[in-house]
Amino acid sequence: MIPSTGSAFVALIRRDLMLSYRHRNELLNPLLFFVIVVTLFPLGTSPEKELLQTMAPGVIWVAALLAAMLSLDSLFKADYEDGTLEQLLLSQHSNALLVLAKIFSHWLVTGVPIILLAPLLGLFMFLPAEGIKTLMLTLLLGTPILSLVGAIGMGLTLGLNRGGMLLSLLVLPLYIPVLIFSASAVDASLAGLEIKGQLYFLGALLALSITLAPIAAATALKISIE
Amino acid sequence: MTASEFFHMGGYAFFVWSSYGIATLLLGWMFISPIFKRRQIIKELRMKYRQQERQQQDNPAES
Amino acid sequence: MKLPAILHKFSSPRNFYSMSGKLIPWLAWGFGLTLLAGLYTGFFVAPPDYQQGESYRIMFVHVPAAWMSMFIYVVMATSAAIGLIWRIKTADLMASMSAPIGAAFTFIALVTGSLWGKPMWGTYWVWDARLTSELVLLFLYLGFIALQASIEDPRNAARAGAVLAIVGVVNIPIIHYSVEWWSTLHQGATVSKLDKPSIHITMLIPLLLMAISFKLYYLASVLMRGRGEVLRREQNSRWVKDIVAAETQSGGVK
Repeated sequence: MIPSTGSAFVALIRRDLMLSYRHRNELLNPLLFFVIVVTLFPLGTSPEKELLQTMAPGVIWVAALLAAMLSLDSLFKADYEDGTLEQLLLSQHSNALLVLAKIFSHWLVTGVPIILLAPLLGLFMFLPAEGIKTLMLTLLLGTPILSLVGAIGMGLTLGLNRGGMLLSLLVLPLYIPVLIFSASAVDASLAGLEIKGQLYFLGALLALSITLAPIAAATALKISIE
Repeated sequence: MTASEFFHMGGYAFFVWSSYGIATLLLGWMFISPIFKRRQIIKELRMKYRQQERQQQDNPAES
Repeated sequence: MKLPAILHKFSSPRNFYSMSGKLIPWLAWGFGLTLLAGLYTGFFVAPPDYQQGESYRIMFVHVPAAWMSMFIYVVMATSAAIGLIWRIKTADLMASMSAPIGAAFTFIALVTGSLWGKPMWGTYWVWDARLTSELVLLFLYLGFIALQASIEDPRNAARAGAVLAIVGVVNIPIIHYSVEWWSTLHQGATVSKLDKPSIHITMLIPLLLMAISFKLYYLASVLMRGRGEVLRREQNSRWVKDIVAAETQSGGVK
């Protein structure tokens, strides 16, 4: 009996979540990084409420970008090293869908905690409640985009020696639109302005990434595996 | 315009001539370096082929 | 998808080598002539700007360089895609040889933009939409070059680069739009004068001449780079060995 693609998709997610649970300490690192980086800003500038509040959306989002990028390491590496990835790509199921499954489980254990940590960091940066709400909304739309686009970069740099540094150079420019629209949405909500436009744009980026990124990432993985 | 006007560019000489200067140097170098690169590649390949020939002569059974 | 047979003929590295050898002198001469025409009209025919005086003449190198930076990226991504889909080595070659040239034009656009900014706005750098987008474009070029440089196998390097270039070319409009939108949000007193006002014909002609000359430069340059590199990549084939022998016999490398 050959399993259907749908059940393969679900099975892969369950497997990845189980593996992540077993190595749950490793998941903490990018999150701690997220918190520490935001903490550095008041220390490096000033603890003054007004200044921090102005910087808050951008600082928290940049920290989220960097943390998301660091977390990419756990996306394909383990499976690449023990040969599972190769097996996955050889299967009869659509590679892009299997990659999407992996990205989804990765987002569940890296992106979602970032969203949940946002109120704490909003507190550190004196972000009012309205801003925190918008911040979490943008993170909800944005972190999947970061995982999806990051997966392409990870696929390209998987087998390389100092792939980590190269990964940042490749992926951070692609993150810029997400940063611009998310930070501006939070700013706008603080000023009582409309944020629908920004959210729609983020939604559009998300839709684009969900459809195209898995294909690009799967292609990149096939190239790296050879 | 006169020669002096040309060089002074209305007081903006530094900006105008640095711009054109940097562009000329960079584009010029990128135009010329492939010429040398190709010659170098040919030289290297020539040596490499000679080496391969010698190896083949030393081991006529393999090829 | 199969390509028509005729394209197969042009896409062979060997034909590339001989054809480019014939094309390059024409392209180089064309570049030289249009460059002289552009510079002459730019400096001696176009009058000084009533607002910016002589400093605006930087435009004749800045704007065409910026145009080239974007044009080359698209050409690079297209040839990389062609190389990836139809496995044509010459297309791969054009993509990787274009990247440094594109990066150079981007760098020139940034530097000349900065040097133009100082007399115009009083500052060497300003986060306006055009310059910021150019900076991000430079990162995209450098990422492509770095990725290809870090993969040893040339075929995999070409394929990986192609994926990156295609992803990049899809993202460029998104990034440009985002940066422009961001820049309008934070518009200070510095309205971007780099976005052209209505331009006088005496200024338009040198601009177009310079644009054409840069295009010819790019074509000549990418073919010259390609000629050398193709010998290296195809070094195990008969035709390369013949060429190396021929060049050696004709008394030194030409």
